[in-house]
Amino acid sequence: METQDKKEYVNHFFQVFKRYVEIGRVAYISFGPHAGKLVAIVDVIDQNRALVDGPCSGVRRQAMPFKCMQLTDFVLKFPHSARQKHVRVAWEKENINEKWTGTRWAKKIEAREKKAKMTDFDRYKVMKAKKMRNRIIKHEVKKLQKQSSKKFNIHFVSVFVL
Amino acid sequence: MVNLSKHFWYKLLGLYCGQVFEKSSLQVKNFGIWLRYESRSGTHNMYREYRDLTTAGAVTQCYRDMGARHRACAHSIQIMKVEEIAASQCCRPVVKVLRCLYKPRFTTQRPNTFF
Repeated sequence: METQDKKEYVNHFFQVFKRYVEIGRVAYISFGPHAGKLVAIVDVIDQNRALVDGPCSGVRRQAMPFKCMQLTDFVLKFPHSARQKHVRVAWEKENINEKWTGTRWAKKIEAREKKAKMTDFDRYKVMKAKKMRNRIIKHEVKKLQKQSSKKFNIHFVSVFVL
Repeated sequence: MVNLSKHFWYKLLGLYCGQVFEKSSLQVKNFGIWLRYESRSGTHNMYREYRDLTTAGAVTQCYRDMGARHRACAHSIQIMKVEEIAASQCCRPVVKVLRCLYKPRFTTQRPNTFF
């Protein structure tokens, strides 16, 4: 449980932790009844729990164990134990929802969900698309191989496929 | 959650016995709990501090903590008083550290256990 002050003392050559639990830190809930939602840490109750609020993500203000939270890169600015109204204002000001959907993390989650929802027809489409893509790549690779074998008269050429 | 240990006394003295709802369950508070418990050798008074959202939550924490640290069963614990205390009045170092997050207090002295 680090604070703003302590961060400055950290040796920048070897920083083990980059994201700290602090007032205003936005966290992603990984499991539990609110899995998949974002919340802001409003206050710390004790070593295991935080008072957490997600006005723009549909999570009521409540105590939540740190175990089910995964810290994101976003930090909001509001005083500890601030009311939901202030949390919401800070959230909307920083535009966290949009920033979140633009992160690679969120995109990976979305891709995972899409894959899980695939029907057989979707899988067929993916198979066809992959096949076409690989064919194009192989074609280009073969061309490059021929060129270099002509150039250097080498029989075995290894080419790294992108 | 009703404070079960007080149930007997309430019935005896005819006091209010019902569920007490917390005034502000969405704010973290520091609770000082005075209790009396029977250990294997004798009976002792204690003062403990917990940080929680509700009084009931703090008392629950107390019961669990007593069971863990002193092997005291619920039936041998009598909660005498539960009071919400201001951050400045907290004595226990565990609670003191958490009450002010913006000024980390690191000390080289061992905590005082007698108040």
